[in-house]
Amino acid sequence: MTTTTIDPPAAAAARRGLSDRGWYWLFVAPALIAMVVFYIWPLVQIFGISFTEPEFGLGNYAALVESRPIQTSLVITFRVAAVTTLLCLVLGYMVSYAIYNAQHRMVGVMLALVLLPFWISVLIRSFAWIVLLGRSGVVNDSLIALGLIEKPIAMMHNEFGVVLAMVHVMLPFAVLPMMANMKGINRAYVDAARGLGASEFGAFWHVYLPQTKPGILSAALLVFVLSLGFYITPALLGGGRVLMISEYITYQIQELLRWGVGSMLSVTLLVMTAVVILAAARFVNLRKALLERG
Amino acid sequence: MSEMPIQPLLHVREATKRYGEVRALDGVSLEIGDGEFLTLLGPSGSGKTTLLTAIAGFTELDAGSLTLGGTEITQMPPDKRDFGMVFQGYALFPTMTVAKNIAFPLKIRKWSRADIDRRVKECLALVQMEDYAERMPSQLSGGQQQRVALARALSFHPKVLLLDEPLSALDKKLRADLQWELKDLHRKIGVTFIYVTHDQEEALSMSDRIVILESGRIQQIGEPDELYAHPRTSFVADFLGKSNFFEVTVRGAGAGQVTCTAGEVEMQVQQRNGAAAPAAGRTARVALRPERVRLGPCGSERFSGTIRQHSYLGERSQVIVENEALGRVLVSCPTWKSQVELRQGQPISFGWDDDAPILLDDA
Ligand SMILES: Nc1ncnc2c1ncn2[C@@H]1O[C@H](COP(=O)(O)OP(=O)(O)O)[C@@H](O)[C@H]1O
Ligand SMILES: [Mg+2]
Repeated sequence: MTTTTIDPPAAAAARRGLSDRGWYWLFVAPALIAMVVFYIWPLVQIFGISFTEPEFGLGNYAALVESRPIQTSLVITFRVAAVTTLLCLVLGYMVSYAIYNAQHRMVGVMLALVLLPFWISVLIRSFAWIVLLGRSGVVNDSLIALGLIEKPIAMMHNEFGVVLAMVHVMLPFAVLPMMANMKGINRAYVDAARGLGASEFGAFWHVYLPQTKPGILSAALLVFVLSLGFYITPALLGGGRVLMISEYITYQIQELLRWGVGSMLSVTLLVMTAVVILAAARFVNLRKALLERG
Repeated sequence: MSEMPIQPLLHVREATKRYGEVRALDGVSLEIGDGEFLTLLGPSGSGKTTLLTAIAGFTELDAGSLTLGGTEITQMPPDKRDFGMVFQGYALFPTMTVAKNIAFPLKIRKWSRADIDRRVKECLALVQMEDYAERMPSQLSGGQQQRVALARALSFHPKVLLLDEPLSALDKKLRADLQWELKDLHRKIGVTFIYVTHDQEEALSMSDRIVILESGRIQQIGEPDELYAHPRTSFVADFLGKSNFFEVTVRGAGAGQVTCTAGEVEMQVQQRNGAAAPAAGRTARVALRPERVRLGPCGSERFSGTIRQHSYLGERSQVIVENEALGRVLVSCPTWKSQVELRQGQPISFGWDDDAPILLDDA
């Protein structure tokens, strides 16, 4: 070879007689092995346990139809995830829209503010909400001091508190895909709509909004799927009274040592999530929505 | 400047727009006649789009005013102006079919379903796109998109149609066809067209009047033949077609004719109609169109020179001839009647009629 710009792995491979394909697998192998040993294998075991503990059969799965508490937990899980998703979409859309259409030099700062929460632990953020929302938390104390209420309002250990804190945690996951989508939308379409007689709102509604549909759908999918399996925030702000499915699983395994039911619920959650994703795949280009963000 | 041919519809007065240090528009005043085909012509960055979008209402002027048929519209938002606009990239709504795109302005205006359907059909027929109603914009070629954008801009019977370089993205052959179609369409519907282009041939072939812009200022306004025959400044003389320039000293003037000398050479020069006679002794600049220069066998014309370069363009040849007193002169001659062999280094004779050189205003 006479060129000096061949890339090092290819050059090394040529020297040692390893094919490109060999190198490819060598690079992928560590991650692949870790994945199989620490992720796929335990998953298979969970799957097995759900059918074998305490005895072989579908006994654990019967609980899905028979057990009131499990059904309640599933309903709560879906409801909290749905409400969180809806609120995140509305708020996230507004934030993304502001960032890409404000036309000033604040864009960088605004982007940083969206990403900032990623650097703070979810645990800490959830505790912060407890400080704010508790019976003698900042909000209740202030309202009482202002004379607006007499007794503290229950703002946590209920779905309100859980949803509020979850929206806070999930918002960046809604903003990022929508922002990526809006970034690619040319301003000229809205101008054209205005020029053709549409009011500011008309241009937004008929021309801009339809173009942001892919962003909205991928944000919805991302937030909903993450919310379904969310643990820390519901556990802390629900205070044991808003049992979402992941907390229910923890409870079964840690407190009651009922591995069979816990595993069954894990498998159920996995299947439900897969169903949601497959259903969404009819509307969203998943590869684009989940892998090619930013 | 030529007089307004028809009753004025739109007035632009002292329009000024700055972007930081850049003056995108610098005191532009203009009258546009009802039903006129007016072209804004200028090099890239001369302020054409800024002027057009200011008329459309997308660009807010720093100073100046716009009136439409006597009503001030300077502050009116774009959707209230009722102007149709064809954007530079067409801006067809990607989520709507061709028919929905054309129906959009009508839906906004709350037309009835039946009226919309009828009008969309009419407009599709007007631009010969009847078979494409249900296509998405992304499934159309550039020329087809251009037609749809035109149909959409015309569907609601706008008072004025604004077009920003609508043909610049198309290839040469298609562009020529669409120029004819646009001109035809203009004649058929009689709506005022304000057309932006940087292509001088396009401007010459289509317009009733041309406005030449440079650095946010109007250089000259006039009918195509008038602008071409009587450019006022060297910028216009060079931008619209090509020109040879001579620096001359005025010796005397009379009856539209001025006598000048360029170095040793004395020449007769044309003055624009109505221009004041220049004072003797003043220096001035003269433009000479390459196609007005004749070539002939040695001795047949006034000047003698040598061919420095020659390029064959099919119907015409471009020749650069060098003469001691005049320097290099660009000549454009029809190939079919060339009486001399055009070869580099060949001695040749050249000259022009007295009405060929034009006296310019800028020194
Ligand atoms: N939004 C803008 N911000 C800053 N400068 C601009 C903007 N729009 C136009 N300009 C400047 O104004 C001048 C005229 O621009 P434009 O009207 O687009 O010219 P043209 O359409 O003739 O090419 C240019 O120098 C351009 O850089
Ligand atoms: Mg432009």
